[in-house]
Amino acid sequence: MDILEFSAKLESEFEDLEKGSVTPATEFRNLPGWSSMHALIIIAFIDLNFDVILNSTELKEAKTVNDLYYLATKKNV
Amino acid sequence: MYSCINHIAIKGISACVPRQIKKTMDYDWITEDERKLFIKSTGVEERRVASLNAITSDYCEKATNHLLSKLNWEKESIDVLIFVSQSMDYYLPATSAILQHKLGFKKEIIAFDINLGCSGYNYGLYVIANLLASGNLKRGILLTGDTSTLSTNYKDKSTYPLFGDAGSATALEFDTDAKPIYFNLFTDGSGYKSIIVEDGGARNQFSEKSFIEHKISEGIERCSKNLVLDGIEVFNFALKEVASSIIQLFNDSKLNINDIDYFVFHQANKLINESVRKKCRIAPEKTPYSIHKFGNTSSASIPLTMIYQLKDQLEKKSLNLLLSGFGVGYSWGNCIIQTNKIVCTDILEIE
Repeated sequence: MDILEFSAKLESEFEDLEKGSVTPATEFRNLPGWSSMHALIIIAFIDLNFDVILNSTELKEAKTVNDLYYLATKKNV
Repeated sequence: MYSCINHIAIKGISACVPRQIKKTMDYDWITEDERKLFIKSTGVEERRVASLNAITSDYCEKATNHLLSKLNWEKESIDVLIFVSQSMDYYLPATSAILQHKLGFKKEIIAFDINLGCSGYNYGLYVIANLLASGNLKRGILLTGDTSTLSTNYKDKSTYPLFGDAGSATALEFDTDAKPIYFNLFTDGSGYKSIIVEDGGARNQFSEKSFIEHKISEGIERCSKNLVLDGIEVFNFALKEVASSIIQLFNDSKLNINDIDYFVFHQANKLINESVRKKCRIAPEKTPYSIHKFGNTSSASIPLTMIYQLKDQLEKKSLNLLLSGFGVGYSWGNCIIQTNKIVCTDILEIE
């Protein structure tokens, strides 16, 4: 899964977002309707797709969608 | 810890909940959008909440009386009574002793409490099955449940809308025709702070400070007599440990996923349960849910889900079930058990 597909899939995990509103540079906590529940949704999404479990410290330090992609894949883009 | 126990059969199950219903969409501490997201993520649409009149042991008492009557079991025939809960009647004595008296059970009975939450049904089954396995004791009653809503704070969106109250009773018997029950049970106390009520035990006794509310984060305000739930830590624990322990039980028992008719999980929340289900590659139709109607009901959630979703099948045919409980402690465990036309009561209600 490349970063663009990652961004698009993550976008579909969030409710009611305009298409294309999630990009690699998006600071996910600033997305409209962000709530702490979304942190769990992100953990579940990354675990299911990459078999990687993000801990709370990693998640706290991540700011952008790109940061999440790096944590999931250990790949810089 | 893996173990196989022979000659023990579940003969019946019963569950009882408070009549009072609280709907997530009525929870006005959070916005309407947050309520919708909460329902989508956790699955909890409504739950049963205790009134001031009844607590866990009352639900269990009613469930037991109804179950014994449907089984036609004499009260004198019960040799073991185990009450698994984290909402005991009193600091002491054991609630099982009070229930022995209230239920009119004989004095020649082994009765004790086990202090466990979400893993409690599996632990309770293991302990009672071991006690009965020698054949010296014939019949046992396992009671599980909690009144978690007594310790949640309305201003804590991470706990208040999640938990429901319930009690259950399971009747077990020494039976040489019963198929083996395969168990594995685990504990990792390093996560004890992830789900905790800090005050009210011997370490932090109640004081005036126990009642002072603090803002923890947006939407989370509580005091130290309230239940704390660290959602991310608990989720990580479940993802790391639960699916792998289920796969481990299949390896140890030489059984496989196709041998199981239903996987009855503790109803933690839908996001966790669905993640575990997908990791184990279990079909959705094999994983019944009750969380949408009853919330997270702690150690009662497995028997409650069995009755709510599988009552007809449990009564009419033999089923191979994998039961999985996980949570507070951390404590978790699984068992594979075959039921054979057991008695199931309806889900009972109490004011």
